[in-house]
Amino acid sequence: MSEASLRKIIEEVVKSYYAVNSEASPKMCTPLPMEIPSIDSDAIPDITKTTIESYFAVPFAENKDAYLNYKKSTPARVGIWRAGPRYTTETLLRFRADHAIAQDAVFTNVAEDFASNKGWVEVQTVIKEKDEYLTRPDLGRILDEHAVSTLKLNYSTPPKVLVYVSDGLSSIAVETNAYDTFKSIEMGLKAKGISVAQPFFLRYGRVPAMDHVSEIVGSEVTVVLIGERPGLATGESMSCYMIYRGKVGNNESLRTVVSNIHRNGTPAVEAGAYIADIIKRMLDEKKSGVDLKL
Amino acid sequence: MKLKTSLFNQVYEFTSVKEVLAKANEEKSGDRLAGVAAETAAERVAAKVVLSHLTLEDIYKNPVVPYEEDEVTRVIYDDLNTTIYDEIKAWEVGNFREWILDENTTGDMIRRVSRGLTSEMVAAVTKLMSNLDLVYAAKKIKIKAHCNTTIGGENVLGIRLQPNHTTDNLDGIMISLMEGLSYGVGDAVIGLNPVNDTVENVMKVLKMFDAFKRKWKVPTQQCVLAHVTTQMEAIRKGAPSDLIFQSIAGSQKGNEAFGITADMLQEARELVLKQGTSTGPNVMYFETGQGSELSSDAHHGADQVTMEARCYGFAKRFKPFLVNTVVGFIGPEYLYDSKQVMRAGLEDHFMGKLTGIPMGVDACYTNHMKADQNDIENLAVLLTSAGCNYFMGIPAGDDIMLNYQCTGYHEAQTLRSLLGLKPIKEFADWMEEMGLLKEGKLTDRAGDASIFMK
Repeated sequence: MSEASLRKIIEEVVKSYYAVNSEASPKMCTPLPMEIPSIDSDAIPDITKTTIESYFAVPFAENKDAYLNYKKSTPARVGIWRAGPRYTTETLLRFRADHAIAQDAVFTNVAEDFASNKGWVEVQTVIKEKDEYLTRPDLGRILDEHAVSTLKLNYSTPPKVLVYVSDGLSSIAVETNAYDTFKSIEMGLKAKGISVAQPFFLRYGRVPAMDHVSEIVGSEVTVVLIGERPGLATGESMSCYMIYRGKVGNNESLRTVVSNIHRNGTPAVEAGAYIADIIKRMLDEKKSGVDLKL
Repeated sequence: MKLKTSLFNQVYEFTSVKEVLAKANEEKSGDRLAGVAAETAAERVAAKVVLSHLTLEDIYKNPVVPYEEDEVTRVIYDDLNTTIYDEIKAWEVGNFREWILDENTTGDMIRRVSRGLTSEMVAAVTKLMSNLDLVYAAKKIKIKAHCNTTIGGENVLGIRLQPNHTTDNLDGIMISLMEGLSYGVGDAVIGLNPVNDTVENVMKVLKMFDAFKRKWKVPTQQCVLAHVTTQMEAIRKGAPSDLIFQSIAGSQKGNEAFGITADMLQEARELVLKQGTSTGPNVMYFETGQGSELSSDAHHGADQVTMEARCYGFAKRFKPFLVNTVVGFIGPEYLYDSKQVMRAGLEDHFMGKLTGIPMGVDACYTNHMKADQNDIENLAVLLTSAGCNYFMGIPAGDDIMLNYQCTGYHEAQTLRSLLGLKPIKEFADWMEEMGLLKEGKLTDRAGDASIFMK
């Protein structure tokens, strides 16, 4: 997507968002249509091409029309029927395929040029590689020496609002959603007269790394866009954690979170507008987490 | 108190009861992360030997977090029956294990002794049990509780209906609810994990559940698993809630990370008894999981099994209707693979029952763990054999909101028919009336959510 067309979409979404939601949470969106299955007479069709929403196998449904209508509102595996008390073969194999792709996604790193392509600086925690990342969350909270000095240099004046991006447990989530979400937050805040500092990318970061970041940079509100651990076939889900005046060792309950940011959950651009609202509230009320009743 | 032994002429000496407890644990990645695990397999066994000779009094005198420093320790010690404790304090942990396993020791006898146990004692005996010991011992201990219906009855397996949705879309939640009920899921509770933890959202979902439950006369209980403070505000504003949920930890610091105190839970319980919609007297629902204390640096240098046992000791004060470990949710840094998740699931279930609380298990895994659906099916069969009160029920075991996998709707009837169990009585009767269950088998209507779409 080009910068200009993204900007246009954000403007439209933000405009419609403020037209209907003054203080509301994100509204439901219709999932984007998937690709149409390709026909190849030599091959068994790709079972993952059927959307969960359109898959229906209940043989003598009492009210099929209503069933199908309800199914449009959820990607949950409903209307799948059964073999005795067990799953049908197609449901079983589809589940296995979706699990396989999610597992494969966990172990992929965010592309090396992800940050530089956006003009962002990349820094790293003290973690050196993926397996260490998965088993040592304690180290994923601490930025390495180079990161500390880079951030000190780049943010010599403490910003009011700092938004940064971190890989977390899904590289795909961040690669797909982080940029659009950031742009939408930036625009949402701009409309409220609040400026945002230049973002950066933190590799091998856990959520509490944002407290270390807050201390280094001195930002009033610190926000991280971070990959969630993947669900079945939804490696694209990203979360946004926010804290007011974060400090190393502060309670998790002081964070405000917006989760499920992906095209079938809350889409990036819409999430950005919602996040901008929350950031404004945090600045006004000077608090976050359970103290901030949304 | 002897903290020293040798195996094959190698001497092993420990410095504290806390260290013995930690090193006697079966291997867990979380204990390694905390730096408290045994260094070698032999050291682990040496710690078990030392532990087997500690008396319950030795353990009583050495809680892993001091009474003066920690609210959870105080809750557990203040609620202890001192007469029963005095009767058993001279027992060694090894003898205690054998007493539990003795054919002549009944569930009632264990439940009485349980009133004289601290959570560290519960954890200690668990560390000496093999997996089959944990299944066999837990099976003896039946713990019932009553909200609108009774959970934990003889030959009953309950299932929580968990109709989670990525955006809390009401139709999306509703179709999962309808379909789950048609499979015989939802007798334990209908409980949604909300995406948006707001009073307005909690009220909206509870009202929808309540209206459905009334229309179809479903004998069960309902809950929205937001933060306790959000639920309380919703109830004060008139939301129809049967239960109040909260995640809890095994130390005060861990509970602070969840934004809760014992007083807050007491207030919540009193509120739901006064303004909730259920019969009671059991109106609380708690979730736990090995490793949650370490994840908020609130483990005080103790191992994750002991900290988990302390959650149950803490939960007991509030007379819960449901307590379940979400074993496997937290990830590979605490439970590395399927072997560790299975062990933890069996430990947690046994420890809950030995503590005297109505224990269920969310048998689950995440996609960054070395486990899959086959492993969780194995664990569900083991736990059903162990008399587990309830599991979770999710469409095909795929939680689209929490991004993890657990037991699905289809496991409910499979496990029940396999091991000769039924849903909670009133719910089973309702299924028969609805034509979903006949002579213990699902009918052609089961699996068709649209029977409720009118």
